[in-house]
This record gives sequence, structure tokens and C-alpha cells, in this order.
Amino acid sequence: MNTWKIENAKNSLGELQQIFISEGLVVQALPTGSQPTVINAEGLHILPGFVDLHTHLREPGREDAETVLTGSQAAVAGGFTAISAMPNTLPVADTAGVVEQVFRLGKSHGLCDVYPIGAVTIDQKGTHLAELSAMNQSEARVRIFSDDGHCVSDPLVMRRALEYVKTFDGLIAQHAQDPRLTENSQMNEGEISARLGLKGWPAVAEEAIIARDVLLAEHVDSRLHICHLTTAGGVEIVRRAKERGIKVTAEVTPHHLLLTDEKAESYDPVFKVNPPLRTNSDVIALREGLADGTIDIIATDHAPHPNEAKDCEWSAAAFGMVGLETAFSIAYLTMVQSGLMTLADLVNRMSGAPARIGRYAGHGEIKVNSPANVVLVDLAATWHVEREHLHSKSKNTPFHGMELPGVIKKTFHNGALVYENLDSRGGVKK
Amino acid sequence: MKHLLSINDLSKDEAINVLDTAGELSRLSEGTVKKFPTLRGRTVVNLFFEDSTRTRISFEAAAKRLSADVINFSAKGSSLSKGESLKDTALTLQAMGADAVVIRHGASGAPHQLARQQWMTGTVINAGDGTHEHPTQALLDAFTIRRHLGQDSGDLQGLRIAIVGDVLHSRVARSNVLLLQKLGAKVVLIAPPTLLPVGVASWGAEVSYSLDAEIESVDAIMMLRVQRERMDDLYFPTEREYSRNFGLNLERINRMKSDAIVMHPGPMNRGLEISAESADSARSVIVEQVANGVSIRMAVLYLLLSGTARSESNSTIEVGV
Repeated sequence: MNTWKIENAKNSLGELQQIFISEGLVVQALPTGSQPTVINAEGLHILPGFVDLHTHLREPGREDAETVLTGSQAAVAGGFTAISAMPNTLPVADTAGVVEQVFRLGKSHGLCDVYPIGAVTIDQKGTHLAELSAMNQSEARVRIFSDDGHCVSDPLVMRRALEYVKTFDGLIAQHAQDPRLTENSQMNEGEISARLGLKGWPAVAEEAIIARDVLLAEHVDSRLHICHLTTAGGVEIVRRAKERGIKVTAEVTPHHLLLTDEKAESYDPVFKVNPPLRTNSDVIALREGLADGTIDIIATDHAPHPNEAKDCEWSAAAFGMVGLETAFSIAYLTMVQSGLMTLADLVNRMSGAPARIGRYAGHGEIKVNSPANVVLVDLAATWHVEREHLHSKSKNTPFHGMELPGVIKKTFHNGALVYENLDSRGGVKK
Repeated sequence: MKHLLSINDLSKDEAINVLDTAGELSRLSEGTVKKFPTLRGRTVVNLFFEDSTRTRISFEAAAKRLSADVINFSAKGSSLSKGESLKDTALTLQAMGADAVVIRHGASGAPHQLARQQWMTGTVINAGDGTHEHPTQALLDAFTIRRHLGQDSGDLQGLRIAIVGDVLHSRVARSNVLLLQKLGAKVVLIAPPTLLPVGVASWGAEVSYSLDAEIESVDAIMMLRVQRERMDDLYFPTEREYSRNFGLNLERINRMKSDAIVMHPGPMNRGLEISAESADSARSVIVEQVANGVSIRMAVLYLLLSGTARSESNSTIEVGV
């Protein structure tokens, strides 16, 4: 196993930090006689590897869009050392067999930890609970369940799910979208949708489910996680729920922190996403909510799609954007460079907090005798987003052509160097 | 201007120029010359992903009177009507050397993609996209209004025009709101709140929920088609209730200003949004709208295509898919 000495880097507080890595762990001192590879990280920051609680890896079933391998490659290129595979695959990850398959694929590739998220209901149909306990007891140790892509809209099913997973400290991650209010919806409902003639997706369709679910979580005293919050009203509901002591956590995606529904004016489906891009006042509310802790974490909702799913009319196109490789840069741009947050707070939202919510041991902090999941970042440098250069198998990034701050230089997973940015494009080890 | 995708592609002066050109072409057509050599050697493709006999025939007649070669490409109902087919169709048309593509599509924004992607180089004319726009319909409506209520020239300053019915799903309404206001008219949208889009306030038009409250003050009233299926989507309780509140009937017609006109883009649901007597009344200019459509489309084709490079071919080809 490699031994490393990383010197002259700064930590998220801006203090000089030197770390040693041996046998996959961060260690106090290297064993005597070891000959470490020395990295002079002057000018770089050393941060705990990022943790994503919302990733679509498409395997099994849609390997044309992404695989566990290519998704992992994209993850480490974005500085992530742990990602969470959403269950909307073919077949749906609603059994121990499927989650174990995904888990083992992640493990065999060895680039980052891949934590499968199990479906709440069989085939994500929203009617019968999947074998949640079996998925938890499987090798994948699933603790987070979600029907992401679909809302668990039946209040009784949601209540039962919230109650049931308490047996193993589980968590239901809700995709908050009232299905009746969003039939055939295409984009945020407002001035832009009215003008463009695209069917509107009202904010209330998201907020009504969030409001219902925080009350359900309070009633049965369970943990609830709200996926990809997008509206000012949703932020306010979560804020009030937290004040009442309800065990709710929430995430926001990088794209919802930057982009608005005005992007739809191009009719370019690369901007078509579920939940949809909202208004500027929503973006401001999301940033404030993230800054004040109402929103606990940033999650990518990395959603790869092959070209043909986006190279068509808006209404025929698939929902979703890739985001693993741009997440940190967008977050740094919108939250730290804007002065809303410190770097340390942002790192907590992208690493510490998601690791705690997911109970992902060995992630979220740089600590002696813990796995060496760390990333070296050049905050002073910028990079040009070129979709053809992404590691993800799919190229549906809404940030193509942008110049972004924050370059991921090296990613270590369990002490192994799994990503190194060798040129403007970067390269993945293994 | 290369394409006509939205009324927003036209400045006020350009819009008036289209109307003036249509007027000129209409006058010439009334004489002995029925056909002009202007677009000889150019190929115009009518690419219709939705059924629309009247709009397609109108464009076909317009192109033929300008001596263009016309290809009718109907892709309605097949698997070609969605997904990557638009791209493949565009590549096909490009290979055929289409100078202009007149597109009708069920998806809002489809003409924009045809024009903005690098799939083809020809001129794109929006003949109705989803619930977005139908710019040539608005132009022919403005032309009709100008003939009856204006001096057959200039803008529509001082006129108050009602658009009644399913504004939410109407591309005709969206294009008309943009164009009529551009030309100086005041627009009032009259519909139940369920059939008005959230965000309609930003359009700059007045909004009213009462046809009876507005009927006496408008110079022209444009009735929109209401699809019976909307009832199943809970937009209104029953056809009768809709008709009672928002249908045009003789009683309401008799309360209109003496020179006010009645319009409908067609096809009409007689007895639902407009009674048969109203549609056939002396105020109705509905048939004339159809005739004016040909002149407007001739003007649009002429203004967009004259001066661009020519290809050579010589007949009308029907391509059924």
C-alpha cells in the first residue's frame, strides 16, 4: 500500500496542514523506514472527499447513459469519494439482489464508495413497500430509501415507510412532487412558462408534499430527507419544521443554486430537469437556506442521459443534468465567492453533513486513523467546462462553455490516488 | 430576418411591412395575374406533424402562387412525431435542398430547434407549435382587423380587441397578444381563470372573467376554439356552463358596437364557443380570415425568401410517412 506525505496544503479553515497516509488511513506519523511519496501541495487546499447523497448511475439497465464505473470516474474527477446510487434502474433497485449488485460493482472498481439507495416501494410504483429490511441486511447495508424520480405520493405509504425504517435508523428521501399537479409538466409554472407555452410545474406541487411529509415525520417521529429542494416556499416549510424539532434534512442541487427558468427560453432540453429550474427569487432563497443551515447539504442529482434523449424537442426530452464534475465549482461560485458562506461551511455541506445523514463511516472529515478520503483543490485556478471532456458517459451538462472556479487536482480514496488532474482535461487512475 | 418563429422576431415596422406586402399581393391577385414568378426554383416544404388541413393548404396555395415547388411532408401519427425524428427529418430536408420549411408541430419550441440546431440551413416558418405561437395566424388576424377597422394601412392604435376562451392552450392567443399590442391595440383576454396561464399578468393585456362586462366596448372579438376534452381535465364543469358564460350568441352580438367584427381562427365548435347564427352573422369575418391567410403567407414567404440563393427542381411532390 502506498504511503503519502502531503505537505504545505491548507485546510478548509485556511490553516497549513500536513497529513500522512499509510495503509489507506490518515495517520499521525508514518511508520519508521517508510518512504512516502511526497506531494508539495503549496497553493492547494486539502479537504475531506465530497459525499453525494443523490446520484444516478443507470446501471443496471441503461449502461448506454452511465455505468457504475463511468459514474465513479466522474465522481472522483469532481472530488467525491462517496456517492449514492438512486434506485431508478432497470430493474429497479427494490431487492437485496439489485442493491448488492450495484454495491459490488462499486467496490470492484474501487474508485469511490458506492452506496446504493433502495426503492421505497416495489418497482417504484408507490403502492407496496419493497423489502426495506432485506436491503438493509444485505451486503450493501442500505439505509436510505427513495422512489426518486417518483414521489411517494400516497400519504399512507409514506407514513408506513417512515415508521418502518426506524427499526434500523433508516431514512426516507422524498422526491416531493404531487403527481396530479404536475401531469405532463415541463417547466416551472410562471411568467416564462406562460410565454413559452410549456406546461407549468407549480411550486405548490413540491411544497404541498414537503408540508405533508414533515408533519408525518413529526407524527411518527421518524427521519425524513427532502431531495432537491427548489422553491422559496419549500425552504420556509423546512425552516419552520426544524424550529419545531422535526427530524428533517434537505438537499439542494448545484444547478438550482445557479440557473433559473429563463434558460428554457432557448428551448434547449439540456435545461430540462426534474424538479425544474425556478425563478431568481427561488435561487436567492435556496442560497440563503443553504447558508443558514435550513438546507443541510448539496447533492448533485447527477442524471446522465444519452445524446438522443436531449437532441430533440423540449417536451420529448428526458429530465436531468449531469453534475458530479461541476458540483464543487458551482457551489464554490454561488456560495463562497458570493460571500454567503465560508469554505469550511461549504465543505461541511458537501462532505461532513451528507456523511452524517447517510451514516457513511469513514467519510466527511479528515481524521487520524480514519480512511484517507481526501481531495486536493486549487481554489485560485479556473477551468473551462467542455462537455466532451467530461468523464461521465453522458454529456448533458448545462454548464458547457462556462469558466468555473476551483480545480480538483487529486482525489484519494482509502489512501489510493484515484484521480489526478494532469492537464486541463484530467485523468482517472485505474 | 431569416426565420419567422415568433411574433417577437418582427419589429413593429417589419410587421406592418408584412401587412402592407400582403395587401399589395392581394390587390394584384384580384386582377388578371394569379401567379407570380418570384420564387421559381425555390423549394418550400410543408412539414406537418399535426393535422391541419386549412393551414397546410393555405401555405401550399401561397407558395404555389409565388411559383415555388412545394413538398408536403406529413409525419402525423407515426413514430416520427416525437423524439429524434425531428432531427432526422431535418437532416432529410437538408439533403433534399429545402429553401424553406413550414413547420407545424405539437411540441412548443420545435421550430426554434429546427432553426437553431445545425441540422439544416433553410428558412424556418412556424405554422403553429404546441401551445406556444402561431405567428402567421396573428398576422392574418391583424390584416383582417386593419381592413375592417383601420385605414387598411398603418397600425391598430385605438382599437380594443377581445380574445375569448382557452387562452392557456392557445398558440393563436399568444401570437395575437404580442402582435396586436405591438401594433398599438389594447387587448383584453376573457376566460375562466382555469383557462388563463399563471403568469398571464406579465403579458400586458387586460384580463377579464366576464364576457358580458366587455362585449359592448370591443371593436373586434376573437373566439378561440375550446376542445371538448378540456372538460375532462376539469377546466370547466360542463359545455353548457362554458357556453352560457363564454360563448358568443346573437344576444351578445347585438350588444356589440355597430362596426365591431367577429373572428375565429377555426376550426369552430358551433354551439360551444360560438353559436351558428353568430358564426354566420353579418359581423362575422371568419371566411375572410381564411382568404387573407393566403395573402399573408405569400407575403411572409416572399419577404423571407426573396434574395436568398436558388435551388433547381420543378414539381409538387407528396411525401407520406
